Amino acid sequence: MQFPADLKYTKEHEWLRVDGDVVTVGVTDFAQDALGDVVYVDLPEVDGAVSAGDTVAEIESVKAVSDVYSPVTGQIVAVNEELDGSEESINEDPYGAGWLFQIKLADVAELDGMMDVAAYQAFVAEQEH
Amino acid sequence: MAERFYKYIPATAGEIEHMLGVVGYASIDALLAEIVPAPQLLGRPLALPAPVSEGEVLEAGAQLAAQNQHAGTLACFLGAGAYRHQIPAAIHHMVSRGEFLTAYTPYQPEVSQGTLQGIFEFQTMVCELFGMEVANASVYDGASALAEAIFMAHRVARGKRPKAIIAGAVHPEYQEVCCTYGLAEIVQLRAQPPGADGRIDLAALEASLDKQVCCVAVQSPNFLGLIEDLPALAELVHAAGALLVVVVTDPHACALFESPGACGADIVVGEGQALGLPVSMGGPYVGLFATRTKLVRTMPGRLVGRTHDVHGQPGFVLTLSTREQHIRREKATSNICTNQGLCALQTAMYMSMLGPDGIKDVAERSHAHALYLSRAIAALPGFELPFGGHFFHEFLVRTPVPAAGLVEHLVAHGVFAGVPMSRYFPDRSHELLVCATELNTRAQMDELVRLLGVHAAYEGGAA
Repeated sequence: MQFPADLKYTKEHEWLRVDGDVVTVGVTDFAQDALGDVVYVDLPEVDGAVSAGDTVAEIESVKAVSDVYSPVTGQIVAVNEELDGSEESINEDPYGAGWLFQIKLADVAELDGMMDVAAYQAFVAEQEH
Repeated sequence: MAERFYKYIPATAGEIEHMLGVVGYASIDALLAEIVPAPQLLGRPLALPAPVSEGEVLEAGAQLAAQNQHAGTLACFLGAGAYRHQIPAAIHHMVSRGEFLTAYTPYQPEVSQGTLQGIFEFQTMVCELFGMEVANASVYDGASALAEAIFMAHRVARGKRPKAIIAGAVHPEYQEVCCTYGLAEIVQLRAQPPGADGRIDLAALEASLDKQVCCVAVQSPNFLGLIEDLPALAELVHAAGALLVVVVTDPHACALFESPGACGADIVVGEGQALGLPVSMGGPYVGLFATRTKLVRTMPGRLVGRTHDVHGQPGFVLTLSTREQHIRREKATSNICTNQGLCALQTAMYMSMLGPDGIKDVAERSHAHALYLSRAIAALPGFELPFGGHFFHEFLVRTPVPAAGLVEHLVAHGVFAGVPMSRYFPDRSHELLVCATELNTRAQMDELVRLLGVHAAYEGGAA
C-alpha cells in the first residue's frame, strides 16, 4: 500500500496535494482498496463554493456507494473529467490519474490541521486493528 | 346466548360462554353494559334486513349491476386520459396465470427469472415506443410518472434550478397530482397557459425560461388533443439549459407521429393503460418512464438489466440499485420501491401480440375515425372545432348548448358523447372533448353526429 510522503491526509481517507492556494483531492490507496472496483463517480460542478465537510462527490463501487467530503473550504476550480468512462483509474492510480477535484482555498491556514504521511500511516494502522 | 350463531366470528358459542365465565359476566350484553356508558349504547337491535341466501345476494347484485351504463354497453367516445382499445382475449387468459400474480418486483434473481425477463422486455418495448434509451420497470400511473420526472429534472440540475414549468394543456388531473405529490416542497411549479391555438405559446415560454428552470413538462398529444411542436420546444428548452419532459396519455400516438425521443425529449413518461388494460373505473393503471442513458443514475424506480451468469448464460437482475431506497434511504431517487408488475406485464403482452405494425394499425384506424367524426361534427350547425392544429384521436368541440347537458341527454340514447370540459374548468361550459378509437364503428359515429344535431337544435330552440 502506497503512502506518498509529499501529501496531506484526512481521517476520511482523502489525500491533498498542495500547490500554492490550490489543492488537488483524491481518495487514498487504503480507501480505494476498501471500496473495491469503482464503477461510477459523481463529481461536483466547477465554480461551486464548498465548505469543509460538505458532501461534494460520490464514488460508487461494486460493493457500495460512498460520499466524498470536501476536506477544506473554498471554490471548486477543476474536476477530473477523464474519470468518466475510466473510473478504474481510482483503483489503479489513486494518487495520479485517479484524482477527483481541485479546490482553491479560502484560507491556506486550514491545511495546518491535516495529517502528514506518518500520522496517516499510524491512523490506518489503527483502523486495521 | 349459547344458541346464537355468529357466522363470521371464529369463536364458538361454547368458547364465548367460557370466556364470559372467566371474566364473570352472564352475557355479552351484560359485559358491554359494564364497559360502555349507557347513553352510548344503541339499546335496540340494528335495523338490518333479514339474512338472505348467497343465491339471493348474487341475484340482487346482478340486478344492480345491470343498471350500470358503461363503455361496454354504450357507444363510447370518452377519452381524457383513459382510452378504450381492443384487448386481445388471449391477454386475459395469460395474465390470469397464478405465477404472475405478484405486485412486487422480486429481489432474488435466482427465483424470479421469468418475471425479471418480462419486465426487461417491457422496458425494451417502452424504449422503442418512446424513442428513448432506457426505461424503468414502471411506476404507479401516468400522473405519478410525470411528478417523478420533474423530481428527476430537479436532481439532474443538482437542485440549483428551483422552478419547473408545466404546459397548461397537460391533463389537469396530472397537474393536480404533481401538486399533491409534494413537488411544491422542492420546486416552484408554474403552469404556462396554452396559446390561442390550444398549444404551448413558444414566445411566452421563451420569455419565462431562465437559469432557474430545471424542466418544461409538456403533454403531446395535449389535453385538448393537439400535437405540440416538440422539436421547437426541445430547442428552446435546451438553449436555456433545462430538460424537456414529455408526457403521453395514449402511447399509440408514438406509433403514428415522430416519437418524443426523436424530437429531443430528455425524459418521456406516459400512461400505459391504453396498451391492453381496460378502462375499469380508473385503475389499476401503469406509469411508463424512460430517459437517456446519461441520466440513468438520476432515474427513479426499479430497473432490470440483462447480464451473464458464471456459466456464461444470459440472465436478468435488478440493476443500478444504488439509486433506490433499500440501499440508500435518504439519497434514493424516489420513494417508489416497487412497480406495477402485473399491469406492466399485461402491456408487454399487448405490445408483443400486436407488434410495431399492429400498434401502428390501431393508431391509424383511431386517427382515421377521429378525422371522419370531427369533420361530421364540425359540419353541424352551431358546432365548431376551435383549433386548427393536428390531433391524434381526440379533439375539442365547441358546442352551441352546454356540453354537460348534451352528454347527459345522449347517455339516455345509448351514447357517451365525450367529456365536457366543465368537469375540469367550470367556465368552459360549451366545450366537449371527443375521442374516437378503432373500436368506434361508422354506425356509432353517425349516430353520435345525428344525436348531437337533434339535441342541440331542440335545446337551442327551447332556450
